[in-house]
Amino acid sequence: MNAVLDLWTVLAVTAGAILFLAGTTGLLRFPDAYARLHALTKADNLGLGLVVLGLLPQVDSVSAGLKLLCIWALVLLSGATASQLIARVLLRRDTHS
Amino acid sequence: MTEFLLAAAIFVLAMVALGLVRILRGPGDADRMMAAQLLGTGGIASLLLAGSATGEAATIDVALTLALLAAFASFAFVKAHPAPRQDESAREDDA
Repeated sequence: MNAVLDLWTVLAVTAGAILFLAGTTGLLRFPDAYARLHALTKADNLGLGLVVLGLLPQVDSVSAGLKLLCIWALVLLSGATASQLIARVLLRRDTHS
Repeated sequence: MTEFLLAAAIFVLAMVALGLVRILRGPGDADRMMAAQLLGTGGIASLLLAGSATGEAATIDVALTLALLAAFASFAFVKAHPAPRQDESAREDDA
């Protein structure tokens, strides 16, 4: 059982790290700001989510696990809201200048 | 498992540090803010990984604080770029 849980941790954390790699690559290589925003949100939501899911079997109390999930939920909410707001700033800049 | 988690934390941190090149290059304010947002999320991820590797429970609280601060940073950025002056031309919502 422990080996299975450890394997799950390794798989999920690796997938999360790869998404962070993809997010950075996108942020550096994509041609315009909207595409970069798209790359960023993938790294934000999925990368951190996979890391959190991978770490869940490693926590030693239920409250610590719940705290991890709370962090993910907070990042999901704030990331989604902030992306919308930043895209709106970009759109305003592009249409008014 | 400890070594793997620490290596993953360092990898995520290195990726985020690489993303900071976008702050140098710009070209716009929004691009720089996106790199800062990635720094926030990547910092949370590597804090959680390092905390799980070392068994230090306090890092989870630090990550929670960082999540809150990163959210406020983005909202402050948007507040610093208010909607253009209201004129008679058709105007979208300013929320």
